[in-house]
Amino acid sequence: MAEEVKLFGGMWASLYSRRIEIALKMTGVQFEFIEEDLQNKSPLLLQYNSIHKKVPVLLHNGMPIAESLIILEYINETWPDNPILPRDPYDRAMARFWARFIDEKLIWVSWDAYRSKEEDQGKAIEEACKQLKALENELKEKEFFGGDTVGYLDIAAIMVASWFGVMQEVMKVELLTEENFPNLCQWVEKFVDCPIVKECLPHKEKMVEFIRVLLKDFLASR
Amino acid sequence: MCIKKGISAAIAFARYDQNIMGEEVKLFRTWSSPFALRIVWALRIKGIEYQTVFEDISNKSPSLLQYNPVHRKVPVLLHNGRPIAESLVILEYIDETWKQAPLLPVDPHERAMARFWAKFGDDKVLGSIWSVFIKQGKEQEEAMVPAMENLKFLEEELKGKKFFGGETIGFVDLALGWLANLIGLLEEIVGLKVVDGEKLPLLSAWMQEFGDAPIIKDNWPARDGMILKFQALRDATFAAASK
Repeated sequence: MAEEVKLFGGMWASLYSRRIEIALKMTGVQFEFIEEDLQNKSPLLLQYNSIHKKVPVLLHNGMPIAESLIILEYINETWPDNPILPRDPYDRAMARFWARFIDEKLIWVSWDAYRSKEEDQGKAIEEACKQLKALENELKEKEFFGGDTVGYLDIAAIMVASWFGVMQEVMKVELLTEENFPNLCQWVEKFVDCPIVKECLPHKEKMVEFIRVLLKDFLASR
Repeated sequence: MCIKKGISAAIAFARYDQNIMGEEVKLFRTWSSPFALRIVWALRIKGIEYQTVFEDISNKSPSLLQYNPVHRKVPVLLHNGRPIAESLVILEYIDETWKQAPLLPVDPHERAMARFWAKFGDDKVLGSIWSVFIKQGKEQEEAMVPAMENLKFLEEELKGKKFFGGETIGFVDLALGWLANLIGLLEEIVGLKVVDGEKLPLLSAWMQEFGDAPIIKDNWPARDGMILKFQALRDATFAAASK
């Protein structure tokens, strides 16, 4: 049966959509990318993700799946020849735990650290570093979170690979330093150097400029 | 009746399996945590023998802090000495480790939908219901709007089904199960009807059906304790807000 795979995603800077692009390319699945203008969402997107009205949405043979981590699991189960999740249930549980940690805790705590006013910043940075340390310890000396190859957690951690570096430059606040997080920094270098990731990840300078414009009012008020 | 027979068979199988393997399963929980309750239900549905360690949240044990240093919360499942935290992650681990009485469907798209609804419950429904509960007057009226919207999505999802899992209790039922108990308690404390049998007939019926299912019914936390706890939480929130 001819498969129809479509990915409704955000423009180049939209990192959650990049997760799915990377996973589909790694799995070797042919797909059509449909870029959504998030200021003017298409009727199709609103139909396929009527509850959250967000990207990314994967459409497989007419059936939509929303929420990036859930889509990653779907890709893993539907095209099992190139699995992105570990086989062992405990290792899978750990991958899922840390992916949720990144999305639900690390990013928010780090955002607080980046945007805090001077008087609150010390404490916020301390908290963010504590959370980064937990992830650093999880990686240990592995090449990737997935072991020898990029896997589900590496893909989920695209936020760490891209967003942190950009925010550091825009906000002039250092969090993810080589001194404090050697494993994570080494991982970032290896991850962004992978051919498929390189294809999909936005250029840092381009992101920095983009975020600077996005946050210009906030930056001006500081 | 089919459910009971199936569960008995599952329990017998799991006990045999555990005796052979010498498995150790421990659940760190509190008496009232709705998230920990998900794990109690899952373990019971699958007939897995386990020990319970009750935690006092105001005085967490060194074990809990060692097993869940990142969040320091319950539930934590300890399986042969290895800890897993985050209730939905634990549910998936249980489902993948003990194959009897499966919680998630087989089909990948249906699994994705189950994960979607469980996440929706945690990310949106819980918070919106809580908002209604801790607000008053006009603010409470305004909070009802997103809460009702979220509950209507759940109502839609139940069309043609007895449980979110279909004919039997599944992953989404366990994830949303807190609704079947907490909504009634909160409605009593606040004196406000949130799940109206006329406006949300399927959800009302599900709350009844799920709440009365044998394993579920036997494990609800003590009603009086819950009323006191949530009344106190509500009062504390009002006190903090008025400062």
